[in-house]
Amino acid sequence: MAPLVGVVVFPGTNCEHDVVEALELLGARARLVWHAERDLGDIDAVVVPGGFAHGDALRPGAIARFAPVMGAVADMAAAGAPVLGICNGFQVLTEAHLLPGALQKNRGLSFVCRMTELEVVSERSVLTAGLQPGLRLAVPVNHFEGNYTAPPEVLDQLEAEGRVVLRYVANPNGSARDIAGICSPGGNVVGLMPHPERASSELLGSTDGLVLLGALLRSAGASLSPAGLSS
Amino acid sequence: MPVYEAFVEVQLRAGIADPQGATIERALPALGFPTVGGVRAGKSFRFRVEAADEVQARGTAEALADRLLANPVMERFSVGIVPL
Repeated sequence: MAPLVGVVVFPGTNCEHDVVEALELLGARARLVWHAERDLGDIDAVVVPGGFAHGDALRPGAIARFAPVMGAVADMAAAGAPVLGICNGFQVLTEAHLLPGALQKNRGLSFVCRMTELEVVSERSVLTAGLQPGLRLAVPVNHFEGNYTAPPEVLDQLEAEGRVVLRYVANPNGSARDIAGICSPGGNVVGLMPHPERASSELLGSTDGLVLLGALLRSAGASLSPAGLSS
Repeated sequence: MPVYEAFVEVQLRAGIADPQGATIERALPALGFPTVGGVRAGKSFRFRVEAADEVQARGTAEALADRLLANPVMERFSVGIVPL
């Protein structure tokens, strides 16, 4: 059966329907999960979509991190299931300490909303599994706080372990080492600032986001069966 | 139980870009403050804490600042406690 993806909704999330549509386009099943839910049921993978959870009060993701659903998301992450944070979702995952580092305000204090070119750096994540390093993808960004930062030793470690999964070809926000997306040590928790769901149709200017979401779904399907896990 | 007022100031760590502070600083000469520099923008919070004593109140405020008010990757904080 097609993998079932939970798409988390906080008050202020606004990309959940776009994510559901893109996932369904790829043949997955998707279910919206309200932030007050504690049990994710039979969900195979989680997406924390973009938006402005809790109005970005204090810092993006700072309040959302304490939502009841985040306990279940952390449990899934610990169990090795795919967990993807997009834009504000990436900010939530860093605040929840499921990914290292933080997203600071963009260089030049500018909101950026434009198509970016990404380069696959590492295939050891559920979002880039099976993709050729060096592959370039056109995926848009839309954020004010997407400037990835972490202590130098953390950046070194991410690079050494192949956990920088996507880089910007032309850095739009000042992000350290051109980082667009990173993953956890196990590769199953991934955060990125660009919006793959907004690159899911020629009408939107690119279908390259489906390449990433397709890899996520293959990973989710693989984690369903022990045979998939061992391969 | 005694009540204290806590003040928490959150500042960006050295090396973390402070575009707000930099933007303010760039505007200063035009505003007639050419002698002012080193502007850093931050956040401040004040709240009440019920605690047995000042030490306990400070402990509560510091725990709150560390867990929620500041992101230690980017920010550091200082806490002040005043009896009410």
